[in-house]
Amino acid sequence: MNPTRAAIFALAAAPALAQAQDAPVLTVLTYDSFTSEWGPGPAVEKAFEAECGCDIRFVTAGDGAALLARLQLEGATSEADVVLGLDSNLVAAARATGLFAAHGTGAALDLPVEWADDTFVPFDWGWFAMVGKAGGPAPKSFRELTESDATLVIEDPRSSTPGLGLVLWLDAAYGEEAPAIWDALRDNIVTVTPGWSEAYNLFLEGEADLVLSYTTSPAYHLIAEEDAGYVALPFEEGHYLQVEVAAKVASTDQPELADRFLDFMLGEGFQGVIPTTNWMYPAVTPAAGLPDGFESMRPATTLFFPPEEAEARRGPAVEAWRTALSQ
Amino acid sequence: MLRLEQLELGQGSFRLVADLEVPRGASVALMGPSGGGKSTLLAGIAGFLAPRSGRVTWDGVDLGPLPPLARPISVLFQDNNLFPHLTALQNVALGLRPSLRPSPEDRQRAGSALVRVGLAGLEARRPAELSGGQQARAALARVLVQDRPLVLMDEPFGALGPALRAEMLALTREVLDGRGATLLMVTHDPADARRLAGAICLVADGRAHPPQPAEELLADPPPALRAYLGLTQAT
Amino acid sequence: MAVGSGPPRLPGALVALLMAGLCLGTLIPLLLRTGEGGLVGADWAALRFTLVQAALSAGLSVGLGVPVARALARRRFPGRSALVTLLGAPFVLPVIVAVLGLLALFGRSGLVNEALGLIGGPRMSVYGLHGVVLAHVFLNLPLATRLILQGWLDIPAERFRLAATLGAPIWPLLEWPMLRRILPGAFAAIFALCLTSFSVALILGGGPRATTVELAIYQAIRFEADFAGAAQLALLQYAICGVAAGFALWLSPPALGGGGLGRSVERWDAAGAGARVMDAAWIGGAALFLLLPLGLAVLRGVGGLSDLPVETMGAALRSVMVAVSASVLTVGAALALALRAGTLAQLAGALPLAASSLVLGTGLLLVLRSVVGLSAVALPVTALVDAVASLPFALRALAPAVAEIEARHGRLADSLGLVGARRLRVVILPLARPALGFAGGLAAALSMGNLGVIALFAGPGQETLPLLMAQLMGAYRMEAAAATGLLILALALLLFWIFDRGGRIDASS
Repeated sequence: MNPTRAAIFALAAAPALAQAQDAPVLTVLTYDSFTSEWGPGPAVEKAFEAECGCDIRFVTAGDGAALLARLQLEGATSEADVVLGLDSNLVAAARATGLFAAHGTGAALDLPVEWADDTFVPFDWGWFAMVGKAGGPAPKSFRELTESDATLVIEDPRSSTPGLGLVLWLDAAYGEEAPAIWDALRDNIVTVTPGWSEAYNLFLEGEADLVLSYTTSPAYHLIAEEDAGYVALPFEEGHYLQVEVAAKVASTDQPELADRFLDFMLGEGFQGVIPTTNWMYPAVTPAAGLPDGFESMRPATTLFFPPEEAEARRGPAVEAWRTALSQ
Repeated sequence: MLRLEQLELGQGSFRLVADLEVPRGASVALMGPSGGGKSTLLAGIAGFLAPRSGRVTWDGVDLGPLPPLARPISVLFQDNNLFPHLTALQNVALGLRPSLRPSPEDRQRAGSALVRVGLAGLEARRPAELSGGQQARAALARVLVQDRPLVLMDEPFGALGPALRAEMLALTREVLDGRGATLLMVTHDPADARRLAGAICLVADGRAHPPQPAEELLADPPPALRAYLGLTQAT
Repeated sequence: MAVGSGPPRLPGALVALLMAGLCLGTLIPLLLRTGEGGLVGADWAALRFTLVQAALSAGLSVGLGVPVARALARRRFPGRSALVTLLGAPFVLPVIVAVLGLLALFGRSGLVNEALGLIGGPRMSVYGLHGVVLAHVFLNLPLATRLILQGWLDIPAERFRLAATLGAPIWPLLEWPMLRRILPGAFAAIFALCLTSFSVALILGGGPRATTVELAIYQAIRFEADFAGAAQLALLQYAICGVAAGFALWLSPPALGGGGLGRSVERWDAAGAGARVMDAAWIGGAALFLLLPLGLAVLRGVGGLSDLPVETMGAALRSVMVAVSASVLTVGAALALALRAGTLAQLAGALPLAASSLVLGTGLLLVLRSVVGLSAVALPVTALVDAVASLPFALRALAPAVAEIEARHGRLADSLGLVGARRLRVVILPLARPALGFAGGLAAALSMGNLGVIALFAGPGQETLPLLMAQLMGAYRMEAAAATGLLILALALLLFWIFDRGGRIDASS
C-alpha cells in the first residue's frame, strides 16, 4: 500500500534531514527529561555548540536507571561519546563494565561530600527528602514518622533511583536497625510506585501526606508556580545524597571533544541553567549564586555511601526493604 | 462427453460412488433423497471437492488436476450466486474476466446477456435491489457469458414460485440449447425433470446411477426413486 | 480444496513467521548475553501474585461483563451506540491516566472516601490486591463486555423467536451454550493482559507484595544488567499465557466487534419490569464505574490545557502518524492471518498478548542498532511494536468476518477465478470493510495511548504524546501531563471514530 510506505518513509526521513552537517558530532547519551524543551538540554546544546564548533547530538534512553543498561547492551560498539546522568549509586557498577575512560578534571566542586573520581564527573546533586504540604504532618525523623499517622508514597528501589536512594538512606542512618524501621514504616506507606513521577503525582492528588523526593522540590513550586505551599522536611538522621555524574565512553571516536564537553559541563554555561531546569544543586555553584527560594531547606547532616560501598550495600538493603514490606 | 470413471467422493463418513457417462448436449436432472449426495456429486465435478479415487473426464481430458476455473464448467449454486456489493452488470461481467472494471467490450457483452434474460435497464442495480426472480436471471446471464460447455446447477431456482420456476427453466433450456451446452441440474420436482431434461440421474444409497430417459424412468420408477417420490408400492 | 483456489494464504504464513520473529526471536540476542539467569525466590513470589491477580481480574471482568453485555444486547435506548464506544475508552487510555482517574474516585481523597467521610463512615483503602483487581477490571471490563456482547448478537434472531413460540427458557437453550463457547477465550485474553501488567499492579498493589513478573523483568534489565534473566522471565510469561491461550483456542474464541454492535436483539423474555430495572441497573452501574473515573481524568486534564508546551503540536502529529501507520500495519497483518485461518494463524495472532514490551523493545534495539541509526527508525519501530500489540484484537475483529465471507462466497469466487490477490480486491476487501474499519480504528486508538518502545529509541524532538506526557510528569508538570492525557484520549476516540465510520459508509451488504 502506497500511503503506508509514504508515511513510513516520512517518519524515517525526518530526523535524517535534520542532521545533514559536516561539523564533528559529539554524541551524548542521557535521560530523556534532560533533553526536553524545559530541561537543561536546549540551553546546554546552544552554549556548547557556540564554543566548540561542533554538533552536539543527544541520544536518550528513558530515565537515569536505563542509561547503564543501554550502554551495557551496546558495549564497545556504542556510538555514545559521553554518558550523562548516571546515579552515584550505580557508579561502581558502571566502573566494573570497563566501558568508561578517565577524564581527570581539575575543577573544584561544591559538593557536600568529598568526590575524587577521575572517571565519573558530577554535574549536579541533591538530597533526598520527604516532601509534604505546608501545615501538614511534619515528623522530624524516620523514627517520628513511624510513630505518626502521616502517610507516605515511596518509589520502588528495584525500578527507580530515588527508591534505591531511600533504602540506602535508611541503611546509612540506621544500619542493622533499618529492617526494624522499614517494618514500622509499613503502616505509613500508602503504596510504592515504579518511578518518581507516579509517586509525586499521587502525592499531589492527595493520596499521601508525604512523598519521597528532593529537598529542592518545594523550590519548583515556589519559583515556577509561585506556590509556597510545599515543604521539604528536615530529618535529624541527616539526608542521603544523590550525585548525578557524567563520564567519557572509552570507545569514543571524539576523545578530545568529550573531554572538552566534560570541562564545559562544570562551567557557567552548563551549571547556571541546572537549578531551574533540572531542579537539582549545580556541582559548581554559579557566580550569581542559587536562585531565590531554591534553598528552602538545607540539611544539617549529609549521609552518603561512596560508590563501591553503595554497590556492596545495594543488594542486602533492597532485600531488607522487600522482606519487611512483603509481610 | 462427461465421464465419471469409478469416481468415489467422500466427506467424513459419507461416501458416494459414480460410474457413468453424460453425452454432449444432454440435459440431466439429478434426483434423489435429501442427503443422498447430489450436491456432493456436483462439487466433485466442479472441482470443489477432490475425489478419493477415480476420475472425472471431459472429452477424454482428465479434469482432476484442474482448479475450478480451468474446468470447462460454469456453476449456479443454491444461493449466493451474486456478490452483494457488485451491480448486476459487474456480477455478470465477472463471468468474462475476474475484474471489477470490465472493458467496454465486456460491458457490452454482459449488457446484452442481461437483455437476453430480460433484465434490460437493471444493469446498475445491486442484488438487494432485485427480486428473487431477477437475481436468478442475473445469475443465468453470467452462465451465459461464461459460455462453458458444461453447466452445473444446484437447485438454483428452488426458492422461486412454481410459475416463475417454470419460466426460468424454459429460459435456461432456451439459452443453453442454442449453444449445445450440457446441463446437470439438481431438482426435487419430477415435473421440473420432465420439463427440462431428457434424462434423470438417480442419486441414492451412496451411488449415482447412469442417466436414463426421464419419461421411461418416471413411468416405472425403481424402488429408491419410488420411495423418494412418495409413490406407494402398489402397481 | 483443489489447487489454485481460495484466498491468498502465503502472506498469512509470512506474518505468522514475522510475529514469531518479533515476539520470540527478539529474546535470542538477550538470552545470548551473559547474566545471572535463573529465577530467584523473589521471582517465584512474584509469579504467585501475578497469577492470582490475573486470574481474579480476568474472572471478575468476564463475570461482570456477562450481565452488562446481556443488558446492552436486549435494550434499546438513545445514545446506546455512543455509550458502547465510550465504554471502550479505558482500554485505550495511558495506564497512568486511568490510574489517576480511578484514584480520584476511590483514592484516599477520592470522591468515595469524601462521601464516606461526610456520613462519618470508615475510610476505605484502595491499595492492595483488591485495588489491583479493581483497576484491572476497570481497564478490561470494556473488552470483556464487547466480546460477550458480540456473542449475544451472533445468536440469530430466529432462534429467539423460535424459543419464544415454544415458550422455551432462553438461558439453558441459547445463552448458556453461547457463553460457554465465548467466556474461556475472553478470560484467556484478559488474563494475558493482566499477566504482563506492571505499573497498575505496583501502584495499586501497595508494595512489594504486589510484585509481578514484569517488574522482575524491569529490575533485571535496568539494575542488574541481567539480560538473559529478563529473557527467561519473558519466556515464563509466554509459557503461562501459552497454557491459557491453548485452553482458549481449544474452546474456540469469539468475534470482537466488526459486525453490528449497533443493533439489539429483539427479546420476548425481558419485558417484565424486574428485568428492565435489572438491565438498567447493570448498564447504569457499568457506565458509572467506567465513565466516572474517566470523567475525573478528563477534568484533571481540562485545567492543564493552557499549560501544554509548544512541543505538543509536533508530538500530536507524530503520534497520529504512528497510530495511522500502526493501524495500517495491524490491519494488513490481521487480514493476512484471517485469510490463512487455522491454528498457526491464531497462535501467531495471540502471541503479542503475552509479550513484555520492555523485552521486545530491548531485543529489537539490539538487533536494529547494528543495522541502522536508532533515532532514524524510532517512529517506524514504535509503529511496528504498537501494531504487534494491537494485532490480537484486530484479528479477533476480522477473522469471523473473513470466515463468513469465505463460507458464503468462497465457491462462487473460486468458480469465477477470483483467487489470490484478485479475490482480495474484488470480494474480501469490499465485503469486510466494516470489520476492517473497526479493526483499524481499534489499532489506531490503542497505538495512540501506548508508550510502547519510543522511550528506548527516540532522540530529542521525536517525542510522541505518551512520551511527552511521561517527560512532563518527570519534570513536576503534572497539570500539563494531565492535559496531554486528555489530548491522547480525544485523539484516540477521534481516530477510532474516523476509521470505524470509514468502514461503514457506503458499505452496502
